[in-house]
This record gives sequence, structure tokens and C-alpha cells, in this order.
Amino acid sequence: MIDFSYTVWILLIPLIMFVVVGLFGNRFKPLVSGIAGTAGLFVIWILSLITAYKYFFVLEKAADGSFQKFLAFNVRWLNLTDTLHIDMGVLLDPISIMMLIVITTVSFMVHVYSIGYMDGEKGFMRFFATLSLFSFSMLGLVVATNIFQMYIFWELVGVSSYLLIGFYYTRDSAVSASKKAFIVTRFADLGFLIGILMLSFATGTFDFLTLTGPNSPAFSSGTGIMFLGLSTMTWSMIFVFMGGAGKSAMFPLHIWLPDAMEGPTPVSALIHAATMVVAGVYLVARLFPIYVFAAPVALDVVMYVGAFSSIFAAVIACTQFDIKRVLAYSTMSQIGLMMFALGVSGYGGHEGLGYMASMFHLFTHAFFKSLLFLGAGAIIHAVHSNVMNEMGGLRKHLPITHITFLIACLAIAGVPPLSGFFSKDEILAAGHERSLMLYWVEMIVSGLTAFYMFRLYFSIFWGKDRHYHHTPHEGSKTMTIPLMLLAIGALLSGLIPFSHFVTTDRLPFAAHLDYGIAIPAVLVGLLGIGIAMVFYRKETDLPDRIYNALGGFSKAAFHKFYIDEVYLFITKKIIFNYISRPVAWFDRHIVDGAMNGISFVTNEAADRIKRFQSGQLQQYALVLVSGVVLLTLLFTYLMTN
Amino acid sequence: MFEGVPLTWFLITGTIMFFVGIYGFLVRKNLITILMSTELILNSVNINFVAFNKILYPDHLEGMFFSIFIIAVAAAEASVAIAIIINIYRRLVDINVEKMNEMKY
Repeated sequence: MIDFSYTVWILLIPLIMFVVVGLFGNRFKPLVSGIAGTAGLFVIWILSLITAYKYFFVLEKAADGSFQKFLAFNVRWLNLTDTLHIDMGVLLDPISIMMLIVITTVSFMVHVYSIGYMDGEKGFMRFFATLSLFSFSMLGLVVATNIFQMYIFWELVGVSSYLLIGFYYTRDSAVSASKKAFIVTRFADLGFLIGILMLSFATGTFDFLTLTGPNSPAFSSGTGIMFLGLSTMTWSMIFVFMGGAGKSAMFPLHIWLPDAMEGPTPVSALIHAATMVVAGVYLVARLFPIYVFAAPVALDVVMYVGAFSSIFAAVIACTQFDIKRVLAYSTMSQIGLMMFALGVSGYGGHEGLGYMASMFHLFTHAFFKSLLFLGAGAIIHAVHSNVMNEMGGLRKHLPITHITFLIACLAIAGVPPLSGFFSKDEILAAGHERSLMLYWVEMIVSGLTAFYMFRLYFSIFWGKDRHYHHTPHEGSKTMTIPLMLLAIGALLSGLIPFSHFVTTDRLPFAAHLDYGIAIPAVLVGLLGIGIAMVFYRKETDLPDRIYNALGGFSKAAFHKFYIDEVYLFITKKIIFNYISRPVAWFDRHIVDGAMNGISFVTNEAADRIKRFQSGQLQQYALVLVSGVVLLTLLFTYLMTN
Repeated sequence: MFEGVPLTWFLITGTIMFFVGIYGFLVRKNLITILMSTELILNSVNINFVAFNKILYPDHLEGMFFSIFIIAVAAAEASVAIAIIINIYRRLVDINVEKMNEMKY
């Protein structure tokens, strides 16, 4: 057995970097803190790669040939009772190791990129300190040994996301976006907490090894009907999924994600594309045995929410003009696909195809989506605008960004042999086995994905050359090298035989390409690309004509189906008017009134008594003497009787 | 020297001095007179101490010691009080106790 306890340093190094850079960063030049943070990330990136190699290729398998699932490091943190305690530690299994690789790779690339992108920004040091905090929290989340540790790091991730979205805190829109993201995810986390409490109440443990092991108490307890015909376990899993849906921007808790694009673009690439938003997927995957065996209804919820979110977001993405918002909705759509894949999955061997596909897509998506965001950042950096209508013909000015962006677009559109093709094909195959209707929905989503990505691509890089304030040019080397490295990831990560590494029961199985599914999927993708090419390669009025022909539907899609307005209506008109105002009235009049009454009475009484304090020495002396005389008389009387 | 004088006489003298002192403390307006009244109160106590010691416990000396202590403390107290009174006079050009009501509510 190899000693893996060094993996705790993968967590501690970013934490140390956060403290050091945060406290002492302003004593040096800004660049020093950037390089320090990046160096820390480089170390843990290497450590993660070594860990993955040792885990998958050197460590001996368990008795049944599966990958081991074990605690590499554990300390008891809070002793609630003898049996119920909260630990802090590092849990290693295929999905946590896969997430370690995803997070450290993307985070390292984003750090390198940010040195160039954030150059000269006010708050450079603060940016890197918060990035380190985020890396620490996200790594702590994925290696959590128990659901409570996960919850703690889950909130830490939310805090660092809040800090980074609100990085430009002098802009009102950034401030309100950060508040929105925090409040919406916090509201969802309320569900997560309720789910944790119900789950631990029913099973008496927080521990993932126990909860998802073969003799889990979750399979035997909490199966009785509790409410609305569903068992305790089902309800708790639905609540847990609510937390996951909030973090992963699933409908209807997705409203914070597009606004979160107010943050600096590298942050969007790291947090809102590759790592934090897939935390919800990871959460469901982590508790997957409970979902499959104890709460299949909750798993159906996951499936429907995922499928609906994916098509919902894909439709909106086709109508937006801000490139970062298009990418945000695309992220939501792809995460919907991952959730859908988890929802259709079963357990064990080929049954668990959806689970494997979901993790596979998470892995490949991290590469091409962060590449898309970093490319978008390079474009924004070059032309100082977010809106794609103001761009065009950039392929001549930004050749490296152009090529890498094209690779990412092809990957997300599912063109073979790029990474997105393989993972999306597995998802469609898994969906096909479960539900034909949802399979076709996802087929449409993949067509729409290809369409909106290439709409973006053609409007930015082709078409008429616009008039720019100054000639756009590529950023520094630190910006282009991460793009190229991530492009290699987007090109090749699909060739990894994922079904040999990440499966439901950790036993490898062979997954084959199903040509009956792969060929239509590719054709749908190519169709989407073709339509986008006709519409946007040269300037035509065709898109506008179609937009107008669809009338109300396209208008609704452009306004994001008025979900924000619904939220505003519910909060401003209903909650504020019918709950907050009465509560505020009660507070102001009843609670404050009682307090004011007490102070008024005290004040008045004091006003009366204060006359005794006349300042006349002889008056005081008279009172003293009369008191003594009275007491003497009283005692004399009492003594003699 | 005082052989044969009964204890009661001493006590009556002490009581009269005590109440004269209390009366002067409460009624006189001049700070110096008030200080003198305080001395009267202290000395009446001294007389009681000495008389009780002399007549009831002739072979003890505690009562004598107590009165000597009181005389010493009274001397110190008088010097401090007069210093305070002089300071008050410098500030207010008056030593009427009724004018000294700065410390009221």
C-alpha cells in the first residue's frame, strides 16, 4: 500500500498561498504575488498528476479488481457524539482524483493567463489571493471525506466566488451580480443543509465511505413513506440536489450564472465554467449509490431538471449577443447534459454508462469551456468590448486565439475526433437506453450547441472587419501559452478510455462507439455548424428575418424567458409586501416599542429622583444624621421589646 | 486629678459636645466653622474613649491609644481640609457652603 497522506498538501499549499499573498502581498511588487500564487498552483498540479499516476497505475487493486476507495488522510474535527463526528480529511477514489486533475490543471492555466490578463489592474494581489482561496476550497470540496466537510468547503467556494464576481467592486453591476450569485446559491444551500440533516438523521453518519459503501445504512433506513408519498431518503436526496442545482445553475436556480460574468474573464473560465459550477454534478456523483438504490425518484428529478435546463439554456444562448453570456448559457446547457447523464444512469458495469459519460463530459468540458472563456478573454482584451456585433474579421488580428477558439468550438459541437464528440456520444448512448424522448431532446441540444457556438465563432472571427479604436493584437505569451495547452487538452482528452478508470462500481468496463448514435449526432452537429455558417459567415439579414418570424418565442428567449422578472415579481411584490413589510412593522412598532417604553419609564423615574442630588453638603449630612437617628431608635425599640 | 468624678458626667459632656458638633455641622454656613464642628464631634468621641478606659479598665491602655490615633488623624484631616478650603476660596472668593453646589445632578 502506497502512502498517499502527502495529498493533504494539495489542500494546504493554496491555503498557505492565500494567507501569505493576502497578508504580505502588498509589500512587494504586484507581479511577485502573481508568480507566488502560480508557483503554488504549479506544485499542486504536479502533485495531483503524480497522485493520479500512482493511484491508477501503481496502486494495487482491491480484491475484486476495482479501484480502491480509501482515506488518505483523516483527522477527527468535531465530536458530536461517540458515533456521530465530523472529520476533515482526504478521500481518494477515481472521481475525486479526476476532479483534482481538472481543478489543478484549469486553475494553473488560469493563473498563468491572469498574469498577462490582469496586468496593471488595481487589486492584482487581491485577485491572486482570492484565486488561491478558491483553489483551496474547491480542492477541499472534492476530496471531502464526509458530507459535512463538503458542505463547509461548498460554502467557502461560494464565498470566494462572491469575492471574485465582485472583483470590480466600484461597478454597481458587479456588486449586484455578486450579491445575486451569493444569495441565490445560499438559498439553494439551505436545501442542501436540510438534505444533510435528514440524511444524517436517518443514517446516523456523515461519512461517505459508510454512506456509499455496499452495506450503507442509507439503503435500509429512512425508506418509510414520509410526505407526499415519498420516503425520507428520497426527500433528503431531492433537497441535497437542490443545493447541487443552485451551485450548478440548473433551472430554476440558474439566474445568477449569466450575471456572474461581471467578474474578470479568467474567473469566469475557472469558476463559472470548469470547476465550481460542476460541483453539483460532483455532489450527485458522490452520493450516486444512494440515488440509485434508495431514491430513484430523486434521480428522475435530476434527469428531468438536467434535460430541461440543457434545452432551455441552449435556446437562450442562440439569442444573446454578449459573448460571455452566450458562454454562460452554454455552460448551463452542458451541465444540464451532465446531470441528465447521471439521471439516466444505473449502477454497475455497462448499466453505469451514464455515470461514466457524465464524468467524462465534465472532464472534457472543463478543457474546452475554459479554453473558450480564456479565448473570449483574449478577444475582450484585444477589442475592449463584450458584444459580438461590434466584432468581425478578427482572425487576421488574433491568429492564435482564432485557432484555439475554433478547436474549442469544434470540440463542444461534438465533431470527431475532438474530445467533446466522445463524451457527448456516451451521454446520448446512455440517454437512448433510458428514454427515447429525452434522447431526441438532447440530440436537439447538441445541434443547438453547434449552432450557437459557431454563430459566436463566425461573428467574431469572420464577417466584415470592423473599425476598432486601435488595431487588435494578441496578448502576451502568458496569455497565449495557456490557450495552446488547453487546446491540446480539448483535442486529446477525449481519447482517454474513461470507462477503464471512472465507473459506478470502480470496475473497468469496455464502452464502444455506437455508430447508430454517433453518426446522427455528428450529422446534427454539422447541420448546426452549416446553418451558422450560412447565417453569420457573411453579413445577411437572414438571422433577423428568422428572429422576427418566430415572433414572441424569440423575443421571450432573448429576454431569457423572463425568469429574472418572475423572481423579481416573487421577491418584490409577494415576499416584500406580504412577509417583509409586516415583519418590519412588527419589529419597528412592537419590538422597538417595548424597548422604547422601558427606556422612557426609566428616564422619567430618573428625572424625578435626581432632585435628591442637590449638591448641598449640609442637606446630605442632614439625611445621613436623620438616617442614623432613625436606625438607632428602631434598633433601640427592637432591642427593648 | 479627676478622682471621684463619676463616669456619667464624662458621658454627658461627650454627648453635649457631640450634638453641638452635629448641630454646627448642619447649620453653620462657613466652611471653617463646619470644620471646627467636625473637630468637636471627634473630640467628644475621644472623651468617651478615655473615660471608659480610665474608669472601667484602669489597667488597659487601648482607649488611650485610640484617642491618640484620632487626634493624629484629626490633625492630618484638618490640614487637608484647610488646604481644600483655601483652594475653594481662591477659586470662588467665598467659603459659604451653600454656594458650593457644582456637583448637583
